[in-house]
Amino acid sequence: MHPAPSVIIFSVLSGLGFGFMVFLALGFLPVAGGAAFWIWGVGYALAVGGLIAATAHLGNPQRALKAFSQWRSSWLSREGWAAVLALFVMAPIALGDWLGFGVPFVWRGLAAALALVTVFCTAMIYAQIKAVPRWHHWLTPVMFMTFSLAGGALLALQAVLAFVLLLGLAVVMLVLFYVGDRQFARAGQSMETATGLGRIGKVAVFEQPHTGENYLLREMIFVVGRKHGQKLRMIAVLCAAVLPALMAAVGGAGLLLAAVFVHLVGAFAARWLFFAQAEHVVGLYYGKR
Amino acid sequence: MTCLPGHTQKKLGLAIDLDTCVGCHACVTACKGWNDQGYGAPLSDQDAYGAQPSGTFLNRVHSYQVQPDEGFAQIINFPRSCLHCEDAPCVTVCPTGASYKREEDGIVLVNESDCIGCGLCAWACPYGAREMDADAGVMKKCTLCVDRIYNENLPEEDREPACVRTCPTGARHFGDFADPDSKVSQLAAKRGFDLMPDMGTRPVNKYLAPRPKDKRSEASLLAPLLDIEAKGFAGWLDRVLGKI
Repeated sequence: MHPAPSVIIFSVLSGLGFGFMVFLALGFLPVAGGAAFWIWGVGYALAVGGLIAATAHLGNPQRALKAFSQWRSSWLSREGWAAVLALFVMAPIALGDWLGFGVPFVWRGLAAALALVTVFCTAMIYAQIKAVPRWHHWLTPVMFMTFSLAGGALLALQAVLAFVLLLGLAVVMLVLFYVGDRQFARAGQSMETATGLGRIGKVAVFEQPHTGENYLLREMIFVVGRKHGQKLRMIAVLCAAVLPALMAAVGGAGLLLAAVFVHLVGAFAARWLFFAQAEHVVGLYYGKR
Repeated sequence: MTCLPGHTQKKLGLAIDLDTCVGCHACVTACKGWNDQGYGAPLSDQDAYGAQPSGTFLNRVHSYQVQPDEGFAQIINFPRSCLHCEDAPCVTVCPTGASYKREEDGIVLVNESDCIGCGLCAWACPYGAREMDADAGVMKKCTLCVDRIYNENLPEEDREPACVRTCPTGARHFGDFADPDSKVSQLAAKRGFDLMPDMGTRPVNKYLAPRPKDKRSEASLLAPLLDIEAKGFAGWLDRVLGKI
């Protein structure tokens, strides 16, 4: 799948923003006064900035509001609702921290839950797609939510929690690499099933349907850059999880904030791989994967 | 609404005969021609006369070489377009309701004025049936020529999809799969199969399997001539040359 920068930026930044706001809402990082305004601002900027980035890959972004209409069937629509609800429910908590009034803990819990639901919906946009076997696995939402919480814990300066979550993230990433590599074979699709010509014999491409590029080849049969896949995987796991975990173990606010940046580098690498290494079954018609 | 209708009154679709298709791409051209000038945004081309031409098509014809366990390989031409699935995953993923499956005839369509061009429906389709138009930024797909099949301004013989109307070998058949007596249902009952049935999409369109090739006779075509005894001069020459 084509790793569109807008979608990578969106899912990484929004994930981190919502993860951060989970910890802010639950009061892990007690903030008050003017500082609260700026700290909540970081959370909102990450979450909203990511959502705005996501609209950059739309063909007709001026109609984006229509995406709220199909929450009954569409995970993308549900994500829109969850994001808006989470941001609205967070608002009184943010204002309360800034202006110094209390918000009931139930409300705080609801806000945190909505933030997590948003990240879950983002992940389900990918996990629901059967035609991309690597994504079509329950570990995909687990990975997105672990990323969100681990990054959020770092940003909220929760050294112990961040350490545990980052180690969990490393495990989830490694397991998902292992499982993901076997997903296409598990889906059991081949040129023979794609064409139905397996009933006659072994199928090979004789001639392609067109000599030029097309949308399918650009969008779903992306093969550029798989060469460095293994190296990028190591960079992703080291930067997103292992190094920040070690930095969290040492502790200290400065080191934790530095760890956020190391974590982001790894998160971008991991999310790029999430797209670039995902193979769509339509590639079978072109004899490619 | 992007929830799928539980039941459609008709199941309009195509039966594509892989035995008869000669891979001439006339259906591709007819489809592009018709869909350039009526329903929705035209199918645009980019850099059409340049070094890297690219464009939107709703139908593509692949050619495969299929090698059986025994005997020679076969070339099979394979037109690929929207299958108007009963469980169309492209419809349910749509966030805006632009993608829908019609309750009355089962055709899967895109309401382009609602389409935001997110591309998720194209991802959801296992068959590559949808292509985003690079010019209009909306998703294009086979409409089963919905603006032809019900069009009373056209002569009756033209009220079928452009690809079907133009196919010079009669490899494409249009009809209602919900009617067991229809031509397409009868054809599908004999040789029809689904593409990637495990994807759970329940395609309406059926592909008709190539018929088995005739077995080549092991005996030489020249067999009746091989036993002829040479006579006269040729016979003398045969004997002399045999002795040298």
